[in-house]
Amino acid sequence: MTTAAPDHAPKYAQLSLADRLGKAMPLLLVPLLVIFGFLSIGSTSSWLTLTVSGLAMGMMIFIMASGLTLVFGLMDVINFGHGAFISVGAYVGISALLALESWTGVPSLLLNVSAVLAAVIAAMCVTGALGWGFERVIVRPVYGAHLKQILVTVGGLIVIEQLIHVVWGPDEIFLTRPEMLKGAVTFAGAAIEKYRLLAVVFGLVLFVAMRLVLKRTKIGLIVRAGVQNGEMVEALGYRLRLVFIGVFVAGSALAGLGGVMWGLYQEVITAGMGEEMMILVFIVVIIGGLGSVEGAFIGALLVGLLQNYVAFLEPKLALISNIALMTAVLMWRPQGMMPVVKAK
Amino acid sequence: MSDPILELSAVHTDIAQYHILQGVDLTVPRGGVTMLLGRNGVGKTTTLRTIIGHWQAKSGSLHFNGADITTMPTPARARAGIGFVPEDMGIFSDLTVEENMILAAASGPLDPARMQWIFEAFPPLKTFWRSEAGNLSGGQKQMLSIARAMAEERQLYLIDEPTKGLAPAIISTMAGALRDLKAKGASILLVEQNFAVARALGDTAAVMDDGRIVWAGEMAELAGDATLQERLMGLSMEAH
Amino acid sequence: MLTNLLSGDHPRSLILTLLLLAILAALALAPFLFPGVRSLETAARICIFIVLVASYDLLLGYSGIVSFAHTMFFGLGAYGVALASTHMGRGFDALIVGTLAGAVAAAILALLIGLFSLRVRAIFFAMITLAVASAVAVLVSQLSGLTGGEDGLNYSIPRELTPAFKLGKLFGISVTGKILNYYLVFFASLALFLLLLRIVNSPFGRVLKAIRENDFRAEAIGYRVVLYRTLATCLSAAVAALAGSLFAIWLRYVGPATTLSFEIMLDILLMVVIGGMGTMYGAVIGTTIFVLAQNYLQNLMGVAASATEGLPLIPQLLDPDRWLLWLGVLFILSVYFFPTGIVGRLRAED
Repeated sequence: MTTAAPDHAPKYAQLSLADRLGKAMPLLLVPLLVIFGFLSIGSTSSWLTLTVSGLAMGMMIFIMASGLTLVFGLMDVINFGHGAFISVGAYVGISALLALESWTGVPSLLLNVSAVLAAVIAAMCVTGALGWGFERVIVRPVYGAHLKQILVTVGGLIVIEQLIHVVWGPDEIFLTRPEMLKGAVTFAGAAIEKYRLLAVVFGLVLFVAMRLVLKRTKIGLIVRAGVQNGEMVEALGYRLRLVFIGVFVAGSALAGLGGVMWGLYQEVITAGMGEEMMILVFIVVIIGGLGSVEGAFIGALLVGLLQNYVAFLEPKLALISNIALMTAVLMWRPQGMMPVVKAK
Repeated sequence: MSDPILELSAVHTDIAQYHILQGVDLTVPRGGVTMLLGRNGVGKTTTLRTIIGHWQAKSGSLHFNGADITTMPTPARARAGIGFVPEDMGIFSDLTVEENMILAAASGPLDPARMQWIFEAFPPLKTFWRSEAGNLSGGQKQMLSIARAMAEERQLYLIDEPTKGLAPAIISTMAGALRDLKAKGASILLVEQNFAVARALGDTAAVMDDGRIVWAGEMAELAGDATLQERLMGLSMEAH
Repeated sequence: MLTNLLSGDHPRSLILTLLLLAILAALALAPFLFPGVRSLETAARICIFIVLVASYDLLLGYSGIVSFAHTMFFGLGAYGVALASTHMGRGFDALIVGTLAGAVAAAILALLIGLFSLRVRAIFFAMITLAVASAVAVLVSQLSGLTGGEDGLNYSIPRELTPAFKLGKLFGISVTGKILNYYLVFFASLALFLLLLRIVNSPFGRVLKAIRENDFRAEAIGYRVVLYRTLATCLSAAVAALAGSLFAIWLRYVGPATTLSFEIMLDILLMVVIGGMGTMYGAVIGTTIFVLAQNYLQNLMGVAASATEGLPLIPQLLDPDRWLLWLGVLFILSVYFFPTGIVGRLRAED
């Protein structure tokens, strides 16, 4: 501090240990919960099975939630119709799989994976297009008005759900997974369904890819900056509206993907499934912090794991475990675990 | 200085039910620093926000480089060559200094020569290049906000109170950077409460009151006339 | 006297006044004008839902808060009466205890949810109520030992309120306990509606409206926004629970599908938006139209569907089970084009 311009000397505000711990705390919650699960379940094999299915569930919820949280962060738009994309994705994807029965019914990895890929692509294309239309027709006229947004998007949810009934009939559709995704592998005495492992791996890859896009590409930078201060992004010359439409479409397509994955996981689909999933998606988005992709990821894993552990330990409490989790997180951090620092 | 870079005529702007700008006529000459002065709450910030397009003018017209930009959306105005440094600095605090700068270069990668110039003007930015901008000190954030404006060539800069709440040493750094910017041929419209800075930097000045421009002329004339200052801004200049 | 009863809040439209009077008269004389089990069911349902929808309007229309937990509060009141009647035996004391317990429980739950979500952002409230309400609905169907699960609970109410209790004939109609029960529902609903009208026209109601218009400004003037919003939530929840208790007394049955389902929540939303948010009278108009449509429109759609049987897709679109589709479309259109609903339109005409 002996230079002539003391104000230029590095004054990087050192974070205190408590601050840094506070920042890292949400990241620690997942391993903590896993350890807690291990201690309270007692049996290693059950714990392993439950952990994998909890992670699988969490990954799927994250895929559905990621678009919603970014859409909110970017344009302050809350889309209660997001669940409709989950249902539509499931119906389109599963219809495609049922049509490709000659590919899914044989024990050929190549054919099975091709069929699933085709189903996923079909579902994402349809829900992406639907999202584009939804943004134009339903959401655009009500920018900046939260109350109307909620009402109108709920209306959109009702209409799309009813249209599913019109197109696919009123009954639920049962399905079986492609041959190679059936059954389980045994690891350390625990039976782990192949499909769940696949879901975990797929979800992780998707999360890493999403993070890379957000951190390493310019469009990702624009999205992250836009979540914090959209006005400034525009003042730098970027058309945030276009970026937002892109994110909305991508988020809808991801919800469709999540719908297909969830349908394959449950082996049954209903028009109301999106509505049911929305509840978990909202919990995840709230506890993660509105607008935060990382927060949604951690939140989704917590929800998935906790629900599976509690279902094993005390089945009746499983359904309210998520509400308890949400309450606890909001008591700890009213804005969610990793709130986005908003300008203004 | 024949054709002005920016011209506002009879601009009215409402914010919600409040009528903030009530017929602003403002001319910013090319290649100089124009000071926009006046007491708090007379509409200086609203004027800048109307020029960049964050608020839409209800009536009147805005011309930039001779082209009508009255109804142009904000990104188009920025790409036409207007840079904006808001009062709250508009730093993306979750992004690193580097990422803030990358975004500031909207039309392409960062130009090394410009970066050299920016680092010379604001050495701390180099030190904290990879740190989160939210962890910078207030003065460093302000440097970053100006540096972002410098990242790319713009013809006109709108800068809102760059010296607010800063220590004197940093104020002189800021003033130096702005002088540099001007030397490179840019035009600047600067809102400033610090009259000493205004006097040192300004070529021309416009004084606002109650949503209108009430005086416009050479900065030197305003600086040399204490009664005029007193009448326009209620300022008693300690410098005199 | 009338002005006092309406708390100075007149319908302010001739057509609206006539409509309201017609509905009031029809409901007041329903047992005699429309004899028959089905029409009496419809009339009672309209009375109860007017209160439920009006209490929702206190939140949505007057406070600008979107809640998806209104059926949960409705259900709390209903289950309160059902559980009290099951465990205390039939009797008026059970009805009173159940009703009070339900209303208090609803107000407390609303207070908790409000404290959690309203102090952060109003938008949290919509999401959190959705989550909590669905959890409660699932919990009720799970705890079958207490709540009867999906099947719900059947219980007895005092004999004076049942068809078995006969009083004699009036205007050619045999007056039974069922008709007494109807009048209990009718007058209680009327009283609750007038109470809500009083609340929204009180200084408290005016502060709520000020907050709805601009919460920053209301806060700046010195109103504790969170406090007012939480209070509105509690009041609205308590009235919804009272409506639920009436419903339970009327039906002598509660079940998740009739009191807690998300479908009913959507019905309430549709009724309040179509009738007119923030008007109270909109609840009356919206509910009447909706319940009548629900009961009779579906028949019409069935006729239309069979008439168009040969055509592609149209019969499916007109299927009576798809009536929610058309209501959904109507809902979206009314939010866009008639945000003030029927009442707002009628008032603008005059």
